[in-house]
Amino acid sequence: MAEIVRLASAGTLESSDVYVEIEPWDEGIELQLESVVKGQFGGAIESAVRATLAECGVERARLTVSDRGALECVIRARVETAVLRGRGES
Amino acid sequence: MSTKVVKSIREAIALTGLRDGMTVSFHHHLRNGDYVLNMVMEQIADLGIRDLTVNASSLFDAHQPLADHIRNHVVTGVLTDYMAAGLGREISRGLLERPVEFRTHGGRPSDIASGRTPVDVAFIAAPSADPMGNCSGKYGKSACGSLGYAAADAMYAKKVVVITDGLVPYPLLDWSIPEIYVDYVVEVEAIGNPAGIVSGTTRITRDPVGLVMASYAARVIEHSGLLEDGFSFQTGAGGASLAAASFLKDIMLSKGVKGSFGLGGITGYMVDMLRAGCFQSLLDVQCFDLQAVESLRTDPRHQEISALHYASPTMRSAVVDSLDVVILGATEIDTDFNVNVHTDSNGYIMGGSGGHSDTAAGAKLAMIIAPMFRARLPIVTDRVTCVSTPGRDIDVLVTQGGIAVNPKNGVLAQRLKDAGLPVLDIHELKAKAEAITGAPKALPKGDRVVAEVISRDGETLDRIYAVPEL
Repeated sequence: MAEIVRLASAGTLESSDVYVEIEPWDEGIELQLESVVKGQFGGAIESAVRATLAECGVERARLTVSDRGALECVIRARVETAVLRGRGES
Repeated sequence: MSTKVVKSIREAIALTGLRDGMTVSFHHHLRNGDYVLNMVMEQIADLGIRDLTVNASSLFDAHQPLADHIRNHVVTGVLTDYMAAGLGREISRGLLERPVEFRTHGGRPSDIASGRTPVDVAFIAAPSADPMGNCSGKYGKSACGSLGYAAADAMYAKKVVVITDGLVPYPLLDWSIPEIYVDYVVEVEAIGNPAGIVSGTTRITRDPVGLVMASYAARVIEHSGLLEDGFSFQTGAGGASLAAASFLKDIMLSKGVKGSFGLGGITGYMVDMLRAGCFQSLLDVQCFDLQAVESLRTDPRHQEISALHYASPTMRSAVVDSLDVVILGATEIDTDFNVNVHTDSNGYIMGGSGGHSDTAAGAKLAMIIAPMFRARLPIVTDRVTCVSTPGRDIDVLVTQGGIAVNPKNGVLAQRLKDAGLPVLDIHELKAKAEAITGAPKALPKGDRVVAEVISRDGETLDRIYAVPEL
């Protein structure tokens, strides 16, 4: 299991990118999602974020995800990078 | 010496007899730098006149104060050919009770001329004018070049007010609009902000995706069977369209093709093509940059035309009827080749036809150039959010991932395949994009109509609905 110990971020607010902030949290995954394509891809984005967290072994974290139309591979990469920075091993 | 000069916009408005319920018109050559619409509407509001219809050839974000005039019922009707995203978002949220009427750059002057949408008072923003109202866009500190969209307003409005920041002694020669149409002239400090009127330079894209699209676009034209002596061409001012023009220029020069005319909103790139011998002439309804303004002023081969002459469907003929190839943009295109340029994929108004459907209808080859997807949204959809230009007028879609030819044009598809270009079915192109982006969920449609899209022939082409809160 990966513990998030500090506030960390990855990505940008450029078009086609996503900005992810992650911070320590007591219980479960708290996810705040904002996206320019929320209507079309809101569910898909949330699934991608949660799946990436699970793959990284993160069970407790609070995330703010500001999406500007990033592809799924970009979302996964930004979340993974934020996790690595937040757990202090990167 | 005779004069039509009055001392203020307010006095001119009073003299025209403008009353509640009438229609005022504006043209958009000063684009996002325009001060005139706001200055006039402020005086109209201050005079207590209400319930007006504004007929503007285009509305930009600089015209945001119009939203307040709508809230205060000074303005209760809007007719336009294009609306930028700022005002568009408010309209899409239901700001205006009566639906906005969108026309095309050809349909608008046609309806003004026929009396279907009569104009009571036209306000002409003129970078240069004399005291009797002869005016031009080619001279003065706010020079914008062509005044083509204002011509029908001047000819058919009941009263015409010229507003200028470049008053010169009578007679101004080389006028765009002659004094015979003008009732009053007002001198003001500034009609616009030069930085917003014309771009210093318009640039071709450096984005590699845009350059691939542009190179395909040029090669489609090369192999279309239309690129021979007498060729005529229009393109937009977008980065990829300009890059396509630049590639096309190289092809024309290397093959020694002597074209006939370049049309449209004119940029420095079209001026370069004229000077290089790609065209005999440029026909110009609007200048996009300083090089175009300079060329219109100094080169007799570069000719100003009115919007009626450019694109009207009801004149004996218009230039678009003689056009070979046009390159156009799209926010969405569907598998029937219908194109949306009015709204974004969330349904918010952020544009309009302008000359899109006029040139698509007139040109022998109407090409859409667009990336396979933007910000995760595929360009090809099952059904566009809004039909701006019907699919029957579109011949080909060029993306970085391949070229889809409208099945109505089987000859073109075969020519492009023979030339080794990556031609594929539009459904395949849609699937190819969705393999990368995922399939977008369809959005719920609002139930209130906020705008009506009227085709160049006067038919209702589509309706735009209020965007429901998510």
